[in-house]
Amino acid sequence: MARPADVTTAESSAVEAHEPTAPHRLSSAGAAAEWVDDRVGAARLGKGLIRKVFPDHWSFLLGEIALYSFIVLLLTGVFLTIWFKPSMAETQYDGSYQLLKGIPMSKAFASTLQLSFDVRGGLLLRQVHHWAAILFTAAAVVHMLRIFFTGAFRKPREINWLIGIGLLSLSLIEGFAGYSLPDDLLSGTGLRFVDGLIRSIPLVGTWIEFFVFAGQYPGTSIIPRLYMAHILLVPALLLGLVSAHLALVFYHKHTQYPGPGRTEQNVVGYPLFPVYMAKAGGFFFVVFGVLVLMGGLMQINPVWKFGPYTPNQVTAGSQPDWYMGWVEGAVRITPNWEWHLGHTTWSWNIFLPGVGLMGLLFTSLAAWPFVEAWITGDKREHHLLDRPRNAPTRTALGVAGMTCYAMFWIAGGNDIIATHFSLSLESITRFMRVAVFVAPVIAYHVTKRLCIWLQRRDQERVLHGSETGVLIRTPEGGYYEPHEPITVDQAFVLTQHDEMDVLDATEGANANGLPPRDGVVVSKRRAALSRWFLADNLAKPTREELEHAHDHGSSAALTSGSDHD
Amino acid sequence: MNSIDLEPAEDHGSVPAVYVHHQHPVPDPGIEEHIERYTDANPAAGRRVYAQVVGMLALVPVMAIAVIVIYFAVPRQASIRLGPLYANAMNVGLGVTGGLMVALIGFAAIQWAKQIMGDEESVDYRHPILSSREDREEFLSMVDDGVRQSNLGRRRLIGAALMGALGVVAAPAVVLLSDMGPYATPSRIRATLEKTVWAEGVRLVNDVTYTPIKASEIEIGQLVNGEPEVIAHMEGAAKIEAIAKAAIIVVRMDPKSIRIPASRKNWQVGGILAYSKICTHVGCPISLWERTTHHLLCPCHQSTFDLGDSGVVIFGPAARSLPQLPITVDSEGYLVARSDFTVPVGPSFFERDSRHDFKKGDN
Repeated sequence: MARPADVTTAESSAVEAHEPTAPHRLSSAGAAAEWVDDRVGAARLGKGLIRKVFPDHWSFLLGEIALYSFIVLLLTGVFLTIWFKPSMAETQYDGSYQLLKGIPMSKAFASTLQLSFDVRGGLLLRQVHHWAAILFTAAAVVHMLRIFFTGAFRKPREINWLIGIGLLSLSLIEGFAGYSLPDDLLSGTGLRFVDGLIRSIPLVGTWIEFFVFAGQYPGTSIIPRLYMAHILLVPALLLGLVSAHLALVFYHKHTQYPGPGRTEQNVVGYPLFPVYMAKAGGFFFVVFGVLVLMGGLMQINPVWKFGPYTPNQVTAGSQPDWYMGWVEGAVRITPNWEWHLGHTTWSWNIFLPGVGLMGLLFTSLAAWPFVEAWITGDKREHHLLDRPRNAPTRTALGVAGMTCYAMFWIAGGNDIIATHFSLSLESITRFMRVAVFVAPVIAYHVTKRLCIWLQRRDQERVLHGSETGVLIRTPEGGYYEPHEPITVDQAFVLTQHDEMDVLDATEGANANGLPPRDGVVVSKRRAALSRWFLADNLAKPTREELEHAHDHGSSAALTSGSDHD
Repeated sequence: MNSIDLEPAEDHGSVPAVYVHHQHPVPDPGIEEHIERYTDANPAAGRRVYAQVVGMLALVPVMAIAVIVIYFAVPRQASIRLGPLYANAMNVGLGVTGGLMVALIGFAAIQWAKQIMGDEESVDYRHPILSSREDREEFLSMVDDGVRQSNLGRRRLIGAALMGALGVVAAPAVVLLSDMGPYATPSRIRATLEKTVWAEGVRLVNDVTYTPIKASEIEIGQLVNGEPEVIAHMEGAAKIEAIAKAAIIVVRMDPKSIRIPASRKNWQVGGILAYSKICTHVGCPISLWERTTHHLLCPCHQSTFDLGDSGVVIFGPAARSLPQLPITVDSEGYLVARSDFTVPVGPSFFERDSRHDFKKGDN
């Protein structure tokens, strides 16, 4: 039989006339590309992805900073594990740091000193790792605030918000575990604190303590166990959640800020390939590079100065890493409430600020998207971000929350404040006990008023243009300030937001005289909450009002939309 | 214009729960016109940016070589002094060159993206996240097919049994963790948390030198950090566990300026009192001593105890007095314990019987 490959038939494409075309640039890698595509269908997958559009805004970089810090943590962490010995067995230090020579210490601490003084580049990578951990948590928190204030947690992104809360809580645990590993005096003091925290849990605290520490504090097991959690268990969970977080961002398509041509049905920006790959990839290298510079130039956690951990020593001014500062503050200012009931002790002075407050923060964060949707009754999808002023109650609540957090955080440094400013520690503590409740209330009202003032200013600009700061004297002797008209684009941004009606309790008519919507019962409490959330908003000007204003102040007519200066 | 519309249901698939005003006083002007960048309009500027990007990338290998040279050439202990900067030379060298090496790649890529790549904005269209009605129905009918094929409808017990079996598997998995630590039974708590190595006749020693403390050598106002003498012969974890509970502070105050309750008259030696050094709040070793007021302040959370009044709490989050160690002197004049602490030391735990701790005003 003739070999089929040699047979040419009329149907074969080889005999069809072709326009000679330039070979595709991938064809130089053609064989490899084809091999991959044959096996995974890369072209079909890739065509939907590589030109995916991402919107541009500086605030979208916050989450990227967290992501890149996480990658840096994984890279530097692998290096550290090569030398670090997670053992609490005692050894005599015999490295090159003269001041601790011959001192008995745990192998964990000795290997941290070895990393810092004897492994070339070890100190750099240790410091990069620590800075990256601090940056990771900081960027994650600020990223969360951005999401909160712009309403990006609304439908359909509630699940991703919950994943984010999970990531944040895990990263606190991860950071704390890492902070404890070197077994220096500071980290041991932190562990002692956690021991007290665990013990304070009613009913089961002592059992948990014995299980976590394999007996009484400190034992010899806690560092190997924290090591396992720090390099395997928690990072694996973080990695899984980070992947899910990013996959959902991809799948939902990124939110965008309101602007001309930006709608709920589109996303305006630049394609993944090449612009976002270069920008985001480049930004990874910038974050990485800055962290390496910080590791080289800024000292962090000099454990050799603290010395090895012993339970009978402590340094004045002991502070946790920044992200635990607020819990520290809460523990400092909580009054000494303790119940002694029968044979039992209930340590509310530790349990409430430690376990309770952290639970409260993460629970209220997780619940908020659902609470807000319930209050407003809004079940629509949202892809356009809120300008924070247009959701004044939410913005005010957020600022109140930040203020409360800040008060606890400041309280965590009450001793430092007392010594630096020569103030009485007792007075600061008493002041902070009040401030954690009062300051958020003040912040709430100030922020809400500020938002509404900003709404009013927006309306002013839409109707009458921007102030110019120029005073003109008329021949008659009068003075006026001419207003500069704003562009159509600007005016659109200031007026594009939707306005939601306050929900009315189902008994009685709607404010607009419309009947209550079928089947939905709105309780009086829910109506009251809806009024609290929405009623103070300034109504947008109507088109008639706009035209009317422009007829009277001719200078304020909108200029053409293409004007972008 | 100021109309009130319901969101069209077909847009979002679910019944809207809220009346939304969709009035737009300013109509959407559409996406801004593209404005040419300086680097596009001015060929010289374009060439400059091109040179910058290539230049930055060309510096990367230079930095990489610098990293390697520093790694091998700089002595490990050499230090560098530049104004206020005093640091390990290798760490600074590796950090600066390594950091620049990495950051330059980033700056080059971003400069390339912002100045040279086309900057026309693109638009993607979003589709509602939810599935269409047909998709939902098709999916549900597929589920029905699957359920039918599994025969679960007729043989229901399989489903229940499977769920039960899966749930039960969790129990051994949890039980496997039982050996993580000993059980906190009352007898074990008594033998561990409620007991220290102090006992009758155990000498108080200095916590650094382990030399016994002579009553006559302590002056009024002085504070000595102490340990039980037995610690000196202990090692490793046992020693650290013992220290974590047995650490004490020994202070001498003028007996006339302090209040010694009748029940504790023979717990002290001429104004020398010994207290647990472990805070009753979360267990930090307390160390800040104000000799004129007899106050002892914990550096961690600032609980303040009055050592002139049996260690009662006078400020801060701690709820219980510092346990006092009853002491006396032996025949050679050294301080010795009369017994173990009479109450458990350190932070509270649930099973702790705290009714017998000293309270202000007790006698």
